[in-house]
Amino acid sequence: MTHATTVTAGPAGGPTRRVSRITPVSVFLWGLRIAIVAVILYGSFLSISSGRLTASQWRDLLVFGISTGSVYSLIALGYTMVYGVLRFINFAHGEVFMVGAMVAFYVANGLATTSLWVGSPVVSLLIVLISAMVASTSVAVIVERVAYRPLRGAPRLIPLITSIGASFTLQYLVRGLVGPSTKAFPRMEPLRGTFDIFGLVILRSQVVVIVAALAMMGGLYLFVERTRTGKSMRAVSEDPETAALMGIDVNGTIVRVFAVGGAMAGVAGALWGLVFPSLNFFSGFLPGIKAFTSAVLGGIGNIVGAMLGGVSLGVFESVGPSLVLAGYEIPAFSQLKDVVAYAALVMVLIFRPTGILGERLAQERG
Amino acid sequence: MKMKRGLKLLALLAVISLVLAACGGGEGGDTTTTAGVDEPTTTAGVDEPTTTVGGDEPVEPGELGVIEIAAGEPIKIASLQAISGDVASLGTDQVRATEIAIADKGEILGHPIELAFNEDDLCNSEGGQTGATRIIADPQVVAVIGTSCSGAGVPASNVVTSAGRVLVSGSNTSPVLTSDLAGNAGSEYHPGYFRTAHNDAIQGAAAAKFVFEELGLTQVATINDGDPYTQGLTSAFEGAFEGLGGTIVLPTAVTADQTDMRPVLTEVAAAGAELIFFPIFQPAGDFLAEQALEVAGLEDVVLMGADGLLSDTYVVLPQTENMYFSGPQTPTTPEYADFVAKYEAAYGEPPIQSFHAHAYDATNMVFTAIENISQMSGDTLVIDLQALRDELHSITYDGLTGTLSCDDFGDCASPNIDIMQNTEAEADIAGVRANVLISYSREDLGL
Repeated sequence: MTHATTVTAGPAGGPTRRVSRITPVSVFLWGLRIAIVAVILYGSFLSISSGRLTASQWRDLLVFGISTGSVYSLIALGYTMVYGVLRFINFAHGEVFMVGAMVAFYVANGLATTSLWVGSPVVSLLIVLISAMVASTSVAVIVERVAYRPLRGAPRLIPLITSIGASFTLQYLVRGLVGPSTKAFPRMEPLRGTFDIFGLVILRSQVVVIVAALAMMGGLYLFVERTRTGKSMRAVSEDPETAALMGIDVNGTIVRVFAVGGAMAGVAGALWGLVFPSLNFFSGFLPGIKAFTSAVLGGIGNIVGAMLGGVSLGVFESVGPSLVLAGYEIPAFSQLKDVVAYAALVMVLIFRPTGILGERLAQERG
Repeated sequence: MKMKRGLKLLALLAVISLVLAACGGGEGGDTTTTAGVDEPTTTAGVDEPTTTVGGDEPVEPGELGVIEIAAGEPIKIASLQAISGDVASLGTDQVRATEIAIADKGEILGHPIELAFNEDDLCNSEGGQTGATRIIADPQVVAVIGTSCSGAGVPASNVVTSAGRVLVSGSNTSPVLTSDLAGNAGSEYHPGYFRTAHNDAIQGAAAAKFVFEELGLTQVATINDGDPYTQGLTSAFEGAFEGLGGTIVLPTAVTADQTDMRPVLTEVAAAGAELIFFPIFQPAGDFLAEQALEVAGLEDVVLMGADGLLSDTYVVLPQTENMYFSGPQTPTTPEYADFVAKYEAAYGEPPIQSFHAHAYDATNMVFTAIENISQMSGDTLVIDLQALRDELHSITYDGLTGTLSCDDFGDCASPNIDIMQNTEAEADIAGVRANVLISYSREDLGL
């Protein structure tokens, strides 16, 4: 740690006192933290006071951020759960998401020509969602079986590299199957236009995305906290050997973790198609990286952390350039949204290395 | 133990053979060697051991050396275009045009013509660099037709011209690759680079003139994606537009792989733009057009793109309806109609982008220049590379796109720029390119 703590004996040999010595390193770090906060606050102050954007436009940016962030959260859940049980980052998860989105595209395309699409959009959306979930879950489970289970005892670097290889394999497999061209999602008429919620005008597609994502995340949280499978997941993440001794099927639990993570990614894929209707075989790469960043931001291994991290990252990306960078008159600040997002990650890691909510899937009790 | 030692030996042998293969293969970096001297990988089959100056030929090679082609051997050219990804239509269109040009020409001075390389420039600098390096490793390649994208053209221009060959592009338009048309060389200009497409200083001025005079709009936001082509075009537009008296309310940028354009569009709305000029590529252009309609404050905004978006896959998207585009003029001559017929017969569809005629002209211009300066030395055809460059600077070639005459910085076209619109009636790219609202020539723009 940066503070040196010396314990001195009290005047009468009584209770000791702790004295912190201030080292140059700690001064520097605190100075850095204060400087960063000052830069952000000053930039924000300049942006807001210049009146460039109206209040409703700031709200719009916030809502865009939350909806993109919700999609990142759903993908981040897969990363964080797998890290929680297996202590490695599954880089192929971005591609699991992309497969879900591709299947969603083809199903939506097929449905769009039928009367079901126009007649009952909710049912069509559910069909698209479920097909995407099934596809992603299958891919996640297959990848686990083929690529990760044989490496179950290996040093942690090995499955990490394997996951990178699996990621490339999936990308180019899909490219071979569907071609490199960009696919355009068919439009859903009831989703165009806006909702008026408490006087706020929000795009319908974004409302659907946020509501669906929140519902899935809430469902997952209940699943992990309240059901037996969820309990066994938490047990395996805390201590796999003891869990096995307690009679928990560790292998089965791990498969279920991958399956649930894959299902979440499938939902994310379907929702992605609603918000960003263009898709190609490479579309999983960037959201995968952003989702990994979100998981780290929120505390890797922590489910609520992944949700929080995802939404935060989305908001930083969306609002950050306009809030902080525009104040300093940086030209083309919107191009720097990725810089803002990753800088946020770096800063969270400087301020709080374990992420916003800390690192464990299972709570340390007692 | 024996097993381990054996394996180690095998691994060592494998590594050594890999190293030898890598080092022995590519000696294309030598810019002044005459071709075929002691290259183990040359495929031209030149087996003259004494091809240095003097020999038995009266030819005095220039500073860049010569390429010698034995009797019956093909004259090699290469293609470096964007043939994959979302801009694949831009490159594929031009590769097809090059192939048609080769088929039409047949042979030069008794030598067949071979398209020795069909490399992918990936529409970025990495692709341009890698593709160009791969091409010049073959010392028999005389000329390279490419690149598609100016971003790839920047490193390719350097690599190819440093190796003595010529690079002729049918679709690079960024001013940095040649000049600003006012006598100042572009920052990435290298002698040996030519292009038959327009210089974006012209396209930017034409687009600006259209917006200011025809549409009567004065508040414009520009969006580029950091690529030299898009940046060059938006700068040219901004300079010309402000010169006419308009206001650029927000010159901004996105990244090429960005999907969420709503924040930047919110900024554009806040700046009060009446028109957004975004001369970028797909898929970023798809997202911009789609999301512009959804952002509050941009319901009435006019969208305008440029030739990067003039592709068959873009104009069919519903969100691009009523968009304006600037682009090179589509020729209307009977020769062009013949070319289109040949294209359709060979590939089963009409041309898919806007630069096929330019690539056809580029290829044919190179063939004409080669024909003019080639010399025979016994049975061997000798092409002096410096003479080829000088010839390209001095010839006047009548092509599909007009009369081509290359200035000191490699701009060969004296182009007209068309402003087109994509309306509901236009079902495909051919329809859009035919729906011309106005054309500007260089004289109209005072350049």
